[in-house]
Amino acid sequence: MIKRFKLNKMRLALLVGLPVLFSACSDDEVEVIREVEVIVEVEVPAPVPVPVDVSYEVTVTNLTNSQPLSPAAVVLHADGHLFSVGAVPSVELEQMAEGGMNTGLLALGMASASGAGAIGPGGSETISVTIQDVTDAKLSVATMLVNTNDAFSGLDALDLSTFAVGDSWTATVGVYDAGTEVNSEAAGTMPGPADGGEGFNATRTDTGYVAMHPGVVTGDDELTNSVLTVQHKFDNPAVRIMVTRIE
Amino acid sequence: MNKLTKICAASALVFATSPVLAADVTLTIQNLTQGMYFTPIAAVAHTPDASLFEVGEEASSEIQEMAEGGSLAGLTTIATSIRADVLAEPTAGPLGPTESVSGSFMTADGNTVLSVVAMILPSNDGFIGLDNWTIPTEAGTYTLYLNAYDAGTEANDEIVGGGAPGTPGMPAPPFLTLGTGGSGVTAVSSNTNVHIHPGNIGDDDAVGGTSDVTNSIHRWLNPVAKVTVTVN
Repeated sequence: MIKRFKLNKMRLALLVGLPVLFSACSDDEVEVIREVEVIVEVEVPAPVPVPVDVSYEVTVTNLTNSQPLSPAAVVLHADGHLFSVGAVPSVELEQMAEGGMNTGLLALGMASASGAGAIGPGGSETISVTIQDVTDAKLSVATMLVNTNDAFSGLDALDLSTFAVGDSWTATVGVYDAGTEVNSEAAGTMPGPADGGEGFNATRTDTGYVAMHPGVVTGDDELTNSVLTVQHKFDNPAVRIMVTRIE
Repeated sequence: MNKLTKICAASALVFATSPVLAADVTLTIQNLTQGMYFTPIAAVAHTPDASLFEVGEEASSEIQEMAEGGSLAGLTTIATSIRADVLAEPTAGPLGPTESVSGSFMTADGNTVLSVVAMILPSNDGFIGLDNWTIPTEAGTYTLYLNAYDAGTEANDEIVGGGAPGTPGMPAPPFLTLGTGGSGVTAVSSNTNVHIHPGNIGDDDAVGGTSDVTNSIHRWLNPVAKVTVTVN
């Protein structure tokens, strides 16, 4: 429960007894400077309110066959979107989607938290994030499918304003393409264990907008130069996300 | 006939939340794919006893001409004859990847369900489909995600051909960059009823191979379309 205190303004009337000043004038009359009433407003601080923690647990589960997920970014923000279909992706999103680096995205939030590490196929991780005094934040989650050029999954701007303590919400989510790196699937272009290649590269070589991902083709399906195999194929949904408000 | 007006994705959100005079339903339909196109979309509010298509049943000839060639002529004729409310712009251009289209209509009494169809390109007989979704009576904004269906009326050979019903191959409008010389992925459609589309195969040989579509561009995973319905 949040209590709000205002600073109490106390109006103090101070009767200031000024020393009676005499000034000697040439004609020897004495001028008396009268007493002055001075009103002084003094701000008396109320007790400092204790910030109230609002905490969420976000459980990210990897539903794919062989696509490890990069450390998940869990971001609480006031408004806007971390990503949306048709929009030009931010550099922070590109860094995550191409290279699994989430520090840029985390810095965009009012509060944020990173997963401790990669989440392997079939694995899951629960990530806690806490913000103070804000119960109507938007929650976004983003994680890369690392055996791809720029595929990521996640959640954009879930409205938390209706979440009471103890409320829980679960969804399965699909895979998006950041549109920043062409899906060559070629050796040296993907950071995951299937390739061990390049992560983030600031040069954009694809459509330039976020869309749903068309899926990986793989060498087994005759994409020349693809180092991926049938093991790396995925479908929607690819990730399950459960959000629980815990305090 | 009402029109669907193409808008950019950013303004779609604004539009969907703005009340529109003299209309109680506003639709925004977004292409979610990275590399596929939609032919002009038909959104139809009609009575629950009517149906544009049913999964597991044979497609009507009107659905066939929509799914194989993008024509809305047959569907809109039928819809008008059953006093459905029709939102369509048959002469509109294609709806490209991640683009949105929006429109509004006042549904007549009894037209309580919504259906949406459009062909997806490049494909032989693929289409986005919403089948008899009950329009909520409570004002609000509702979001639906649509899958890609296969009309089951044509083999998915994935080679350039024609869009007329019964003509093999895919229509090849000029905005599509397609290959040539494909030998044909398959000559049969094993399920001749409407079903979830198995997806394009494609290849990366622009002048040969089995397919004239590109495997790293012209594929999709469901869902392929997002429909935002605002009941005012």
